[in-house]
Amino acid sequence: MAEEVQTLSTDPEHPAQGTTTPVVTGTGTRPAIIGDATTGHGDVPVQTRNERFASTDVAAFPPVTGREATWKLTPIGELKALIEGGLDGSRYPVDTTATGGAQVVWVGREDERIGTAGIPEDRAAANAWSSFQEALVVRVTGEEASTATVVRTELGSAARAAHTIVDAAPFAKAVVVLDNRGTAHLAENVEILVGDGADITVVSVQDWDDDAKHVANHFAQVGRDAHLKHVVVSFGGAVVRVNPSVTLAGSGADGDLLGVYFADAAQHLESQVFLFHKADHTKGRVEYRGALQGEGAHTVWIGDVLIGPDATGTDSYEQNRNLVLTDGTRADSVPNLEIETGDIAGAGHASATGRFDDEQLFYLQARGIPEEVARRLVVRGFLSSIVQKIGVPELEERLQQAIEAELAGEAR
Amino acid sequence: MSTLAIRDLHVSIETDQGTKPILRGVDLDISSGETHAVMGPNGSGKSTLAYTIAGHPRYTVDSGSITLDGEDVLAMSVDERARAGLFLAMQYPVEIPGVTVSNFLRTAKTAIDGKSPAIRGWVKDVRQSMENLRMDSAFAERNVNEGFSGGEKKRHEILQLELLKPKFAVLDETDSGLDVDALKIVSEGVNRAKGSSDLGVLLITHYTRILRYIKPDFVHVFVAGRVAEEGGPELADRLEDEGYDRYVAAAAASA
Repeated sequence: MAEEVQTLSTDPEHPAQGTTTPVVTGTGTRPAIIGDATTGHGDVPVQTRNERFASTDVAAFPPVTGREATWKLTPIGELKALIEGGLDGSRYPVDTTATGGAQVVWVGREDERIGTAGIPEDRAAANAWSSFQEALVVRVTGEEASTATVVRTELGSAARAAHTIVDAAPFAKAVVVLDNRGTAHLAENVEILVGDGADITVVSVQDWDDDAKHVANHFAQVGRDAHLKHVVVSFGGAVVRVNPSVTLAGSGADGDLLGVYFADAAQHLESQVFLFHKADHTKGRVEYRGALQGEGAHTVWIGDVLIGPDATGTDSYEQNRNLVLTDGTRADSVPNLEIETGDIAGAGHASATGRFDDEQLFYLQARGIPEEVARRLVVRGFLSSIVQKIGVPELEERLQQAIEAELAGEAR
Repeated sequence: MSTLAIRDLHVSIETDQGTKPILRGVDLDISSGETHAVMGPNGSGKSTLAYTIAGHPRYTVDSGSITLDGEDVLAMSVDERARAGLFLAMQYPVEIPGVTVSNFLRTAKTAIDGKSPAIRGWVKDVRQSMENLRMDSAFAERNVNEGFSGGEKKRHEILQLELLKPKFAVLDETDSGLDVDALKIVSEGVNRAKGSSDLGVLLITHYTRILRYIKPDFVHVFVAGRVAEEGGPELADRLEDEGYDRYVAAAAASA
């Protein structure tokens, strides 16, 4: 793939403040990169990423105009009901399985964990927060590996709200899969609490039907020496926006934020990723990869990394790569990096959006592999490099099959 | 017995400055079992010849022909040429992220043969060929060319040559960037492929040192997009002593 990768190395004497360096290379017919998506908030001056207004009360947010940093690249017209309409906040059908020290229960709004991982920074998230009646809690304890799967297939087409909490006790080790299928019209918040020394993988799979609309905000707090692997997989749905916001709160906390998406014609898939290095000696890796094919396929990735004043010895890298398969697609990719301490181990970011690399195609064809087979091999390989990092074999296999199905759609 | 025949081949490329002719009338016949060395200074069109035979889209054939046993190679797509029995070992093999060597080799073998290779024999062949090329078995699970050293990339090219068993192999500066140990290993691989089949080889090189390990039957000196001189192996020895200056000066004088 034609690419251009930029790495920002910081000079301890001259820490880069609020650096924004979007990079993009050859793209589809409407190559686009919005240089300043996170700073152009109306007439509000440039602000540090963690100083945005936040509230659990929907009424505290002004009406959404589409000019806000967080909505600028989103088709808000299609999300009206979720942003400003009434939402059904009642309990919904879930199919759950839990092994080891994992259990899944419903709790009321008074549960003291609610709001401890983070609170909404946009109106749809606040709308969901104001509307949910009960929260679904995945509680994980015990040092032996546990698993929990929450499958939602019957959310229906009426606009609704949801609230989920993944609560991992100190030293817990678990894989939690939030598996979303069927149709949905959903605004929700997911809180992820990773106790000290815990090692938790949370995978959110958006394999919705074509008509689904889904806006989700994930908030995570990662404790001392804990590890969170957070994976967003978005394949199906009309408009899907999953925004993870992860705080590495304890010394030595480690966050792997992965994402893989495949946008077909007229699909909008978005992730605004915020990784906050709050404590010292934290390590963060953000890597999102996506493929786009078909008229009107649109993906948005905004990656904000903030290295706070206390986050000395931090090691951080974020990157987004998009593979454009046909004309008529649009991939927005905006990496942002803010560094507020001079004493870090390393920080970098990269973004590349490209068409098929003709040299890759030539190489494979020169070995007798027909063009169509070669193209699939390249796309599969491109996306697989994220899937391979999930570390859950059954899920990896299912996602590989989903990628195959997306690719088969290409031939239709 | 097969023949790859190149007749009065004229090739150009598009540059920012317009169309630039590179090959200006090349004639070359290679038969099964023969090894031809194409030598020449930088910019003489050696690599252009290699990529034109393989069908790289960057190169435009303005006139002339390439045929394989009478079949029009220029009318074939890149993959059709490979399936017809042509192989190009590239100077700069590209990375294919997420595609493992073992998956790639099996996919290529299946495409070339028109059917999947029998598992047991195939695994054994791959292992044997890798051993021959002193490649670690963990190599098979790495992504194609990703993070490979220069020497590993070239060994991987020759591994493919051994496994895909083409009729004709074009080796584009396979010797460049190799230390002497790697050069010997790679050369042994080519000689094994020649020994086990009736492979014809077109060996493109800037230097003579690979010719110590792979003996050419014919040597062609390329200058300014044409064959300036042809001869037997003794011509390579002369080039080793004299270099290309004589040809370059002559070409400049006639231009």
